Amino acid sequence: MTDFTLWDIARNLLLALRWTVLLSLVSFVGGGLVGLLILFARIARPRALRVAAKLYIELFQGTPLLMQLFLAFFGFGLFGVSVPAWLAAGIALILWAAAFLGEIWRGCVEAIARGQWEASASLGMSRFEQMRHVILPQALKIAVPPTVGFSVQVVKGTALTSIIGFVELTKAGTIVTNATFQPFTVYGLVALFYFALCWPLSLTSQALERKLNVSHSHY
Amino acid sequence: MTYTFNFDWIAQYWPVIVKGILITLELTFVGGVVGILLGILCAFVKLYGAAPLRFVVGAYVELIRNTPFLVQLFFIFFGLPALGVRLGELEAANIAMVVNLGAYACEIIRAGIQATPKGQFEAGVSLAMTRLETFRHVVLVPSLQRIWPALSSQLVIVMLGSAVVSQIAAEDLTYAANFIQSRTFRAFEAYFVSTLIYLVLAIVLRQAMAGLGVLIFPRRSSR
Repeated sequence: MTDFTLWDIARNLLLALRWTVLLSLVSFVGGGLVGLLILFARIARPRALRVAAKLYIELFQGTPLLMQLFLAFFGFGLFGVSVPAWLAAGIALILWAAAFLGEIWRGCVEAIARGQWEASASLGMSRFEQMRHVILPQALKIAVPPTVGFSVQVVKGTALTSIIGFVELTKAGTIVTNATFQPFTVYGLVALFYFALCWPLSLTSQALERKLNVSHSHY
Repeated sequence: MTYTFNFDWIAQYWPVIVKGILITLELTFVGGVVGILLGILCAFVKLYGAAPLRFVVGAYVELIRNTPFLVQLFFIFFGLPALGVRLGELEAANIAMVVNLGAYACEIIRAGIQATPKGQFEAGVSLAMTRLETFRHVVLVPSLQRIWPALSSQLVIVMLGSAVVSQIAAEDLTYAANFIQSRTFRAFEAYFVSTLIYLVLAIVLRQAMAGLGVLIFPRRSSR
């Protein structure tokens, strides 16, 4: 039987960490783009759009991410298409992240004082111009800390893709455990690697929040 | 699309689903009650405890909040036996849920307590209440009332997150769906039905927590 050094274990986990990072980036950026659409639908004039966006958000926030992954994975089979795990994982995570980001950003847009809408409307701006020049620049500022905070949830969410067979950090942990029979060391290391990814993001989010509160307290 | 949906299996397998729902509810209940108590204790230590204790609780909260629940679960179920701690799958799932919610609840409750104006505590003391009475009536209960919505959403998140306990063979709702799809090969239908059940559970849990909030917190006459 081969002996595995700590470095053997760590190296294999680090190799898999790349896929966790890549999937997190894709989900976060993709989720952000789709989330922007959800946001615009959520605050649009037509009622039907608003209701549809609200339903979308409720659906994705009210069901387990794991189920969404399963449905994405098996759902394509209904059309006779077999998708690889990474594609199902990416699609499900993007749609999931979009629901949360859309809802976070809606809160930020609605936090902008009503008078700002009225003032910009009185200047003859169209709704798009209002958003572009008046509302979004201000909303963006308060949106940054919770958005960075949500990126932690995205990184942690990618761990679930191991269950549909995508080999990222958690799946690599299971595979390495099965080879080395050292679950304590391996899962401890896996947890530390996730911590190393997520903690800086958490700290950044908290620091940004404090900075924002300071700038507010001047007024 | 040539696929025909088939839900006939429900007639045969509904007891499996009901059992799964009950286990998911049991995990959520234990996780909720013990987790919130743990959260109150940790918030108390973090605010008023000695420095080394504060550090330990701080490390616990940050470690849990910055690692995936699935990895915490694997560590408890597969990792701890190396230290001689052997747990059944339901015990491990329960512990993981308590430990997880405890960390989030700690931060939520701490924020609520910190938002209590200092003058209120002083006002309580000046009414000849003891420090403990003041803490209970003036600080803790109003803070809990203030953060109840945040705590409720966190509990819903933990309930939905509990879907992964199926991975250590705890027989929750997701486990039931896995079981059914392995017997009937109706994967999409099985997961679709259990997803809908989770959605209903989430809505019901949110309403129940709101109702509970109205029930346990006295309405303040003037605000």
